Amino acid sequence: MSEAVKRNRRQFGVMSFSQAIHYRLPLAGVVSIFHRISGALMFLLLPFVLYLLDKSITSEISFEYFKGYTSRFPVKLALLVLIWAYLHHFCAGIRYLFADFHIGLDKDSGRKTAAGVFAVSLPLTALVALKLFGVF
Amino acid sequence: MENNNIGPRRLVVGAHYGLMDWLAQRVTAVVMALYTVILLVCFLSGSNFSYEGWAGLFAMQWFKIVTFVAFLSLVYHAWVGMRDIWMDYVTKSVVLRLVCEVATLVWLIGCAGWAAQIIWRA
Repeated sequence: MSEAVKRNRRQFGVMSFSQAIHYRLPLAGVVSIFHRISGALMFLLLPFVLYLLDKSITSEISFEYFKGYTSRFPVKLALLVLIWAYLHHFCAGIRYLFADFHIGLDKDSGRKTAAGVFAVSLPLTALVALKLFGVF
Repeated sequence: MENNNIGPRRLVVGAHYGLMDWLAQRVTAVVMALYTVILLVCFLSGSNFSYEGWAGLFAMQWFKIVTFVAFLSLVYHAWVGMRDIWMDYVTKSVVLRLVCEVATLVWLIGCAGWAAQIIWRA
């Protein structure tokens, strides 16, 4: 049996990175890859978030340090990236939960809900950016 | 169930670990989404951005527990997600994939320990 299955088929692996870059994704695909990238990013920066939580609640002294630390430009930038990642992951995740219930699976509504994810996550990120960098 | 798209003759067998992880990822996502809402409501309805307001929130036992539950959900959720990433991209070497998976687990369990310490120390 097993000999019959093992034919000399061409093996296809995953596409290479350069292939992936040149592949034009539909909007839902863009949501999907950013869902993955944002998830991995938050996974990697988890200790950073824990560090901030630690400083912010341990004591009044550490809270003051937290305030000073998060007022630095690179830290603000890192926070903004994290907040974008969270907002995108959140919105796209809700889209997937609806998809699990077979809501909005066809091509048209899939594109619309994908656009909806960006329409919510990007303005909210911009709002946070304005707040973070002291516009209001 | 006869007309599902896997066909009526196919018997689904096995331990359903894949289904369990898939479902767990959804359930933990909902837990974290609810936690986000709770945190936002408590934070925005509370007086302020001061140390008393913020630390006072985390001083309550129920909030510590809810936070820890949300964090454990995050750990499980991130484990399933990161394992998906390794399974998709690290396909050439089983050993390398195992190393990645073990490193992910170590990373996440370490973070969970630290989170527990932060939540209950203050």
